[in-house]
Amino acid sequence: MDTAKLLTEFVTGSIRLVTKGNRYYWAWIALLLTLIVSGALAYWDQVSEGLVTTAMRDQVSWGLYIGNFTFLVGVAAAAVVLVIPAYIYHWKPIREIVIYGELLAVSAIVMCLLFVVVDIGRPDRFWHLFPPFGFLNFPGSLLAWDVLVLNIYFVLNFVIVTHILYRAFHGKAYDKRIVVPLVLLSIPMAVGIHTVTAFLFNGLAARPYWNASILAPQFLASAFCSGPAILLLVLQLLRRFTQFEIRDEAIWKIAELMAYAMFLNLFLHGAEAFKEFYSDTEHLLYTRYWFLGLGEHRTLVPFAWTAVALNTLAFFLFVIPATRRNWITLNIGCLAIYFGVYIEKGMGLIIPGLTPDALGEIYVYLFTSHEFRVAAGVFSIGFLVFTLMLKVAVPISLGEFQRARAA
Amino acid sequence: MTVPRPENDLDLSRRKFVSVAAAAAAGWLLTSCGPKRLHDVPRDRLMERIREMEAKYAEELGTAVTVSDAGPLPGVEFAYALDISRCIGCRRCVYACVEENNQSRDPQVQWIRVLSMEKEGGVDFSDSDPYYDPETVPEEGHFYVPVQCQQCQNPPCTKVCPTGATWTEPDGIVVIDYDWCIGCRYCMAACPYGARHFNWGEPHIPAEELNTNTHYLGNRPRPKGVVEKCTFCIQRTRQGRYPACVEVCPVGARKFGNLLDPESEIRYILENKRVLVLKEDLNTLPKFFYFYGT
Repeated sequence: MDTAKLLTEFVTGSIRLVTKGNRYYWAWIALLLTLIVSGALAYWDQVSEGLVTTAMRDQVSWGLYIGNFTFLVGVAAAAVVLVIPAYIYHWKPIREIVIYGELLAVSAIVMCLLFVVVDIGRPDRFWHLFPPFGFLNFPGSLLAWDVLVLNIYFVLNFVIVTHILYRAFHGKAYDKRIVVPLVLLSIPMAVGIHTVTAFLFNGLAARPYWNASILAPQFLASAFCSGPAILLLVLQLLRRFTQFEIRDEAIWKIAELMAYAMFLNLFLHGAEAFKEFYSDTEHLLYTRYWFLGLGEHRTLVPFAWTAVALNTLAFFLFVIPATRRNWITLNIGCLAIYFGVYIEKGMGLIIPGLTPDALGEIYVYLFTSHEFRVAAGVFSIGFLVFTLMLKVAVPISLGEFQRARAA
Repeated sequence: MTVPRPENDLDLSRRKFVSVAAAAAAGWLLTSCGPKRLHDVPRDRLMERIREMEAKYAEELGTAVTVSDAGPLPGVEFAYALDISRCIGCRRCVYACVEENNQSRDPQVQWIRVLSMEKEGGVDFSDSDPYYDPETVPEEGHFYVPVQCQQCQNPPCTKVCPTGATWTEPDGIVVIDYDWCIGCRYCMAACPYGARHFNWGEPHIPAEELNTNTHYLGNRPRPKGVVEKCTFCIQRTRQGRYPACVEVCPVGARKFGNLLDPESEIRYILENKRVLVLKEDLNTLPKFFYFYGT
């Protein structure tokens, strides 16, 4: 078989697919490209002037970028929620949509890696992390672990989806001997990327707010609601704008699973809040800063309670069968989870973790417009990658985009 | 056990070629490409690297900067002691440190942070004030706790560095390789003493204020985007001098010496005074002690 010819056929076909679309598609692409250009310009300033263009300082040395990174690791881990029932319990309706979970994981990891790159002070030295030219402090540094597991998870998901789609492109079913073991491996890997990311914070005794062993389970619980929340919205859009069929019961099943995950998330948060407030040690300071404010410093308080309200609302909407089967309340629930977890895992984790700082100073961090533009640019790159992959993947799995059959 | 088959000539020459090529590649990697971390650079190659640094500074700054390669002295482990009962909070140490160690003036970087605390509250960071600004110091009812790198024996900062750009030298000084740091700031999150500082912008030092007497692991000028911190004035102390902050202190609150020398002042303080370390429960084992001299 002439592989080169097949590949050319696949590439030219894909290009034809992504350059075809209706008004909404082009408006969406134009929006993403605009945000990417704006982000790139802001990043250029950041590279030439240094991280002074951000609001981060010695006191609060991580901010919006690392918050987004943490949130997106959760989104990337979320594919597993769909994978477990699909492959272990042979639950058919979810099985056909697993591939979109994996595409989402790939796009999320792209954003994760970009957020790390934009956060570091010397992106020109990124290669210092990669042996043999660089030096990776493994197993000492949890950041080294994170670099490893994120890249492995990325490759794993990329290989799975590429294999399935490439076979489908040739009109063949995927090879079970390859896909099933890889999918099974991706389950512990998904748990792994989020556990390692939690440990990255968890291991720092200098920051009592992070130094709680509840952090990793709570990361997993919140990830298992935020990732599927995005996916549920995407699946509905797909169903609307393509021939793709997704059965209602698959969507409802995912929503039900999300309700349990959200319950666990709220429970673990409650457990941590109880410990802090009841024992009332000097470590309460950080939790207090998030929920109640310290003195006149109350910037984060509205965000904290918004997150709690959104997460609680979403839990009730998803646990009650009538509201999770109603499309309006279901979508309200999805948005509530997305923003609730985004606040809680982003600024709710990073900022109180670092405020007050190690010597007790309160530096009020609020990201700058430069930081916001860079972050929006990174998100846009991720969404663009996701959109383009969907544009190719959907016709393939529908059997609309296939290699011309030999006579 | 199977008897190995004699190899034919072709195999042998190929194997030989492969091993020679591998050795050559490894050699090339080790010499021209690596090791790049100053931590791994052998001493003979270190001098080359230092000459390169000096040449670069001469070109960029237009002044001759000497970069010392002084290594740790055998039988020496440095330690510091600060007399809380004497410190008057004048911050002379802060500015002497900035000048000695070439910290950026704009944006401002300061390795020493003096905290004003209330006598009634005791040592309590959450109630401390680093920005106190009265007409005269000391203020009634206040005492002062200057904080800088505590040179921990069990440092959380070096452990977390993903590229191994920071480590403890044999004389106990925790140092940073400014040419290897990627600026991820994980060490800053890990440090319980706020001792690590980041160059958020391009550091600026007026040419006439530059201290040209530097050390490769210490006060040589830093680029933007990397972390820096107190090195016990490695450029001075490895030559038997006191750190700048010890010399400048007008009330003699700062003591410095060799922990391994039983006759040293630092040993006398540890054995005879009421000594404490900051955040003892974190098991960082600081070599920076605080004591009540009176």
